[in-house]
Amino acid sequence: MDIIIIDGLSFALPLFIMAIGGIYCEKSGVTMLAVEGLQGFGAFTGALVAVLVSGFFGGNSPVPFYIAMLFAAVGGALFALLHALLCLKFRANQVISGVVINIMAMALTAYLTKLLNRVLFGATSDKFVLSVSSRITVPGISRIPVLGAVFTNLYPFELIIVAVSLAAWFVMYKTRFGMHLRACGDNPHAVDAAGREVGRIRLAAILLCGALSGLGGICFAYSISANFSASIYVGYGYLAIAALIFGNWRILPTLGACLLFGFARSGGYRLVQVLQMPSAYQDLVMILPYALTLLLLVFFSGQNGAPRALGEIYDKGAR
Amino acid sequence: MKKRRKFWNTVKIPLFAILCSLVAGGVIITATGSNPFQAYYALLQGSGLAPKASYANYKSMLTDFFSYVNYFTPMIFAALAVAVALRAGLFNIGVSGQMLAAGFTATVLVGYSGLGAVLAKPLVLLIGMAAGGLTGALIGFLKYRFNINEVVSSIMLNYMIQYVVSFFINSSYVDPVSRQSVEISAASRLTLMDTLVGGQKLDIPLGILMAGLAVILVWVLFEKTRLGYELKAVGCSRSAARYAGIQVGKCMVTSMTISGVLAGLAGVTYYLGYVGSIQPKVLLSTGFDAIAVSLLGNNNPFGIIFSTMLISLMGKGSTYMKSRAGVDSEIASVITGIILLFSACNVYLKHRLEKREREKASGGKEEK
Repeated sequence: MDIIIIDGLSFALPLFIMAIGGIYCEKSGVTMLAVEGLQGFGAFTGALVAVLVSGFFGGNSPVPFYIAMLFAAVGGALFALLHALLCLKFRANQVISGVVINIMAMALTAYLTKLLNRVLFGATSDKFVLSVSSRITVPGISRIPVLGAVFTNLYPFELIIVAVSLAAWFVMYKTRFGMHLRACGDNPHAVDAAGREVGRIRLAAILLCGALSGLGGICFAYSISANFSASIYVGYGYLAIAALIFGNWRILPTLGACLLFGFARSGGYRLVQVLQMPSAYQDLVMILPYALTLLLLVFFSGQNGAPRALGEIYDKGAR
Repeated sequence: MKKRRKFWNTVKIPLFAILCSLVAGGVIITATGSNPFQAYYALLQGSGLAPKASYANYKSMLTDFFSYVNYFTPMIFAALAVAVALRAGLFNIGVSGQMLAAGFTATVLVGYSGLGAVLAKPLVLLIGMAAGGLTGALIGFLKYRFNINEVVSSIMLNYMIQYVVSFFINSSYVDPVSRQSVEISAASRLTLMDTLVGGQKLDIPLGILMAGLAVILVWVLFEKTRLGYELKAVGCSRSAARYAGIQVGKCMVTSMTISGVLAGLAGVTYYLGYVGSIQPKVLLSTGFDAIAVSLLGNNNPFGIIFSTMLISLMGKGSTYMKSRAGVDSEIASVITGIILLFSACNVYLKHRLEKREREKASGGKEEK
């Protein structure tokens, strides 16, 4: 039971932070399918920086990890700039732009990883090996039965994600900027009439989305695989999008969706272990999060809370 | 004259995109210390469009060329699948999953059956079409009945198909040496491998004939039939189509079904043609690259032939390019990505071009 909660949380939280990024972008009226590519590129820059600086710190120092998180956010935001350029400046179809960015991110990171490994480290390798993140257990509270598992064997990034997502929630629902952002997605003309620039707010939203996605990406790189390679692209970005649609574009219900995915996944793995089934059955268990998404969407997509101007290119002159 | 001008206008933007990305790719290749012209020429050599310095026994430029055709046949189907959905305003990002579903079903039902070639080959095609079509129809139905975004549902299906197939392969059909599914019988394979023709061993892809037929049929569908017209109307504006009395829901399901059928054909020509087995846990990139190919070909069936040949050139020739010019084969997909980036901007570029031409035209009138 404890293992299910521990593993489920460490999967759900990075997913959640990416979904928040998606919510920011979509709430501002820009369709965001590029989360997959953004998290990959963010993880790539983060991992690259971590590998570069790890020589300056001791073997178990957590500092490279925090630097990596910072640069993952920066890298994700930079790559998101491409989406902003295509959608806002060049008025490309936002769905197509998102897919293009995903393809581009996969191609570019695969190429650059190989190239940089050769040029910087003289090694032929298609991955950056990261140290395994240390885990912390909060003394005292972790003794509580069942609930205590939440505070056991935490990755440090889980705390950071909780803090960041609280801040993101506050900005979205309690500040002036957040209100303008949400208005951009529902009625951009009203925002324009109120004297705010729609393009600028959307740009900020896209950049934020990139940063948060990058953060999620590096967390996956550290927790699941302990390296950066093409295996980062397994569709968690798309899963995050499914979570936010399922959560009706609101932050708290989205957290619920992410937790559901996380626990479905870790619960499934545990089931295979407990029942001592052959390892091929793990593949069947892997279906659980996806099948659950589809099934739940069947029931919940009726109450469609999508931003009204989602995916529409803002044209000042249009009525 | 007017027709020629219109043709030139539609071709201009893709050509511009290709040119820009080749230049960008050339800059990257030069920066990493290789000769871009040599690298691009190696791409042509690897695809049998230019002669190599030497060949092994029974091999020639024709061998390479047939292998190149064999390689790009699935891509034509996949790109057509994307185009049919896009024309109706739907985005089929699940082509790879539909391909896998079709390939796996056909492999299990026919590939291991021991049927004769005359019966097996058409059966493979039919089963592939059915499996792909059903998967596509499911996505269309979910969109129509439950308003589920087709992008999300097809991605979920991609992963589910991938894991289910991998489960069945690993538990029942695995070849212990190659770790892939057991190779299918030669009779059911859509490519005649290593056939001796005129002293040369060729891989003759029968699927290319079907691909040609599919291109023509899709063209006829969109240009000559009522259904095609309705699909295009739905793609242009769902609400306008509804007011015109077109059943939008039915059209969406139909277009996804056709798209799925084409994706199924792509699947069988790949898994039971180009290769003879299925690697578990791997989803082909063909379905995603097909989006690029379709966009580059303006979603036009005939345009798709050319864009397929171009993009496949990058994939097919990249291995030879690596050995010959020492350029990482990954650069090929980077160039594909850049082509895509530019083609995504096509609406904007078209808008700018038209604006410039209008200004030119009005300027000309004033002079008179």
